[in-house]
Amino acid sequence: MDSALLIHRLHFAFTVTYHYLFPQLTMGLAPLIVILKTIAWRTGDERYDQAARFWAKIFGINFVIGVVTGIPMEFQFGTNWSHFSRFAGGVIGQTLAMEGCFAFFLESAFLGLFLYGEKRLSKGLHWFSAVMVFLGSWLSGYFIVATDAWMQNPVGYQRVADGSVQLTSFWQLVLNPWAWWQYAHNMSGAVITGAFVMAAVGAFYLLSEKHIEAGRIFVRLGVIAALFVSVFQIVPTGDEQGRMIARHQPVTLAAMEALWETQPGAPLVILGQPDVANRHIDNPIVAPRMLSFLTWRSWTAEVKGLNSVPQKDWPDNIPLLYYAYHIMVGLGTIFIAVTAIACLLLWRRKLYESRWMLWILLLSFPFPYIANTAGWMTAEFGRQPWLVYGLLRTVDGYSKMVSAGNAWFSFLGFAGMYTVLSILFLFLVRREIEHGPEAVVPKGLREQIDRLTPAEVR
Amino acid sequence: MATVWFMIVAVMVAIYVVLDGFDLGAGAVHLFIARDDDERRTVIRAVGPVWDGNEVWLLAAGGTLYFAFPQLYASGFSGFYLPLMMVLWLLMLRAIGIEFRHHVQEPVWKGFFDTIFGLSSILLAIFFGAALGNVVRGVPLNADGYFFEPLWTNWRVGQQNGILDWYTVMCGVVALVTLVVHGSLFLANKTEGELNRRARNVASWLWPVQVLLTVFNLIATVWAVPGILTNYTRWPIGYLVPAVVIGSLIYMYFAHARRNEKGAFLASCAYIIAMLVGAVFALYPNVLPASTGAQYNLTIYNSATGVHGMSVGLVWWSIGMLLAAVYFVFLYRMFKGKVKLEEGTTHGY
Repeated sequence: MDSALLIHRLHFAFTVTYHYLFPQLTMGLAPLIVILKTIAWRTGDERYDQAARFWAKIFGINFVIGVVTGIPMEFQFGTNWSHFSRFAGGVIGQTLAMEGCFAFFLESAFLGLFLYGEKRLSKGLHWFSAVMVFLGSWLSGYFIVATDAWMQNPVGYQRVADGSVQLTSFWQLVLNPWAWWQYAHNMSGAVITGAFVMAAVGAFYLLSEKHIEAGRIFVRLGVIAALFVSVFQIVPTGDEQGRMIARHQPVTLAAMEALWETQPGAPLVILGQPDVANRHIDNPIVAPRMLSFLTWRSWTAEVKGLNSVPQKDWPDNIPLLYYAYHIMVGLGTIFIAVTAIACLLLWRRKLYESRWMLWILLLSFPFPYIANTAGWMTAEFGRQPWLVYGLLRTVDGYSKMVSAGNAWFSFLGFAGMYTVLSILFLFLVRREIEHGPEAVVPKGLREQIDRLTPAEVR
Repeated sequence: MATVWFMIVAVMVAIYVVLDGFDLGAGAVHLFIARDDDERRTVIRAVGPVWDGNEVWLLAAGGTLYFAFPQLYASGFSGFYLPLMMVLWLLMLRAIGIEFRHHVQEPVWKGFFDTIFGLSSILLAIFFGAALGNVVRGVPLNADGYFFEPLWTNWRVGQQNGILDWYTVMCGVVALVTLVVHGSLFLANKTEGELNRRARNVASWLWPVQVLLTVFNLIATVWAVPGILTNYTRWPIGYLVPAVVIGSLIYMYFAHARRNEKGAFLASCAYIIAMLVGAVFALYPNVLPASTGAQYNLTIYNSATGVHGMSVGLVWWSIGMLLAAVYFVFLYRMFKGKVKLEEGTTHGY
């Protein structure tokens, strides 16, 4: 791989991986905040309002970093991947521009109202702005997934004389079947992150015996939501996503599973280290015939192996793809186990006292981030060596006019900038968690306090 | 059809400059006119709820440019690689300066965030002006329609351009002064008392500078960029644009003198729009002229996408803009009027 290509790939990979740490939490928290706001509005229970306010602050910090690290993503299509942009801009520019016109305007306008307008808005309107922020962030997610889906499974386009592609069907682009499952899978992945983070903060409060009321709300909502989405993540979304890959990108599936030879009744490798040079897996633990069944719902069906295509069309980093995929699936399975046990304890009314379970919940929150990242790595490494599947190779997509030296310059700049952002983020979030939700003051008492003169307060 | 999208992109850029221009300008000037914590908070309060929405216009315009003129997006963005990366970093710093200030209590760090907000706003204003200067002046496009500009070469307007030469630096200074005036007039609208007085003072002091720079810039453009007046000669109606520029500057002066804060701010909006329209009118149908020869120019014809894409785009774009207009009207009405700091607010700007 020549060095300019490598650095342009690293540039995008680094900035997009870092970026997605933040939107996954905002997209995941948004529906949970709507649930909190809804309960608060319907029951008039002040505790839920305070809980929503607390999470709105975390949401706000996250959102800012998500926005500022997101802007470079749109720019980089032009700056670092100009040949790709020239080739595909007429098609994927549509979804990216729609994200700006529909999602960003909605989100930015209502986020201002939601975060800073609570005193000026009625209860109903404030609830409405929370719903709109949720809608905006999820809409934004859809347009991005639709863009990626077109790169995975190009539809609704034609090649024109200058070699680029042009849009022929708007609806095929927007309703790309690839996008549906990918979107469902991705969004429930985001909610897993949101729910685990909420449960972890709740567990932290319960374990440290402060903000007990809020802690219980967080743990309760967190584990229930997490169980639902963790199951949904595997069946049907993960399953369907996998089968779609088998149909449209058989070589990707073969690389994810390290299946070297095409064979009937193919086994599922659960653990083991792939050795690409020798087409071998070291110390494998396999489930016989399982891959055939999962893919084609038949124990004897033939599954295409890597040998079905020339090596130049294999994904160029099979070990990393294999591990990313296995880490994602492994963690997904663990999420179901953890949340199922937690929900069982909740149902038996033992969860808030089970310190061991609270410790597990507290320490689990990084794993959804890892699983989401690994999932995207699976999607993007799996697409290699193509940038647009079957149409444009990655090696032909980067900016030929931007030298490796200039790309390193900005890569290092981003690395430094993101280090600063990380420190700030951790510092600010820690502060908010330390501070915790405001205490709920009983109605009569609040008015009494307001009537006190400063001297009396002292 | 390509002409329609050319105008759409131009309109979106103009909206961006007018809207984000005032919060950039406010950021650039607040270090000098807002002296204590309450005054600084007032500035942040004035721009806080709207700056993010304003910046979305940049993203939306970028996305629109991307799908309507992919060739332009590809060659422009990769050619302006270095300054664009710096713009991205500045946008990040600026957002941090605005949004994270109110999360900390220590005065030391508040000053730090204020300085970041101020410096990044100043630099962004200069960068944006220089960028526009580059587009007007032309860039060294090759036969494939690509180019790469270093940050500077010999500071001359010629074939071996750098991003910065005497002409583009001047455009940067014009942009800075324009946006500082724009931001000051905005702050005058949103504030009272001392802060209001200082904001109006800045605008008064800078008005003659702005007039001088405008005249100087127009002359320099005509001198440095041959053929810039072709469209004006062909369609003399274009001379209305400089007339609007002059008219808005004059109106700004009188409105300002009569303490008509809203009128002065609107005049500044008109001035900015007219300056941009003037540049766009001169460029058409080029979108990125080549300093290497007119045969390499990127025009709306050789850089646009297919007709189908542009037609469907027109449908959703109209819907999207209608919705955006509704949000913006609602948002600005919600936070209209002078900013008043409430006592004892623990969260919020």
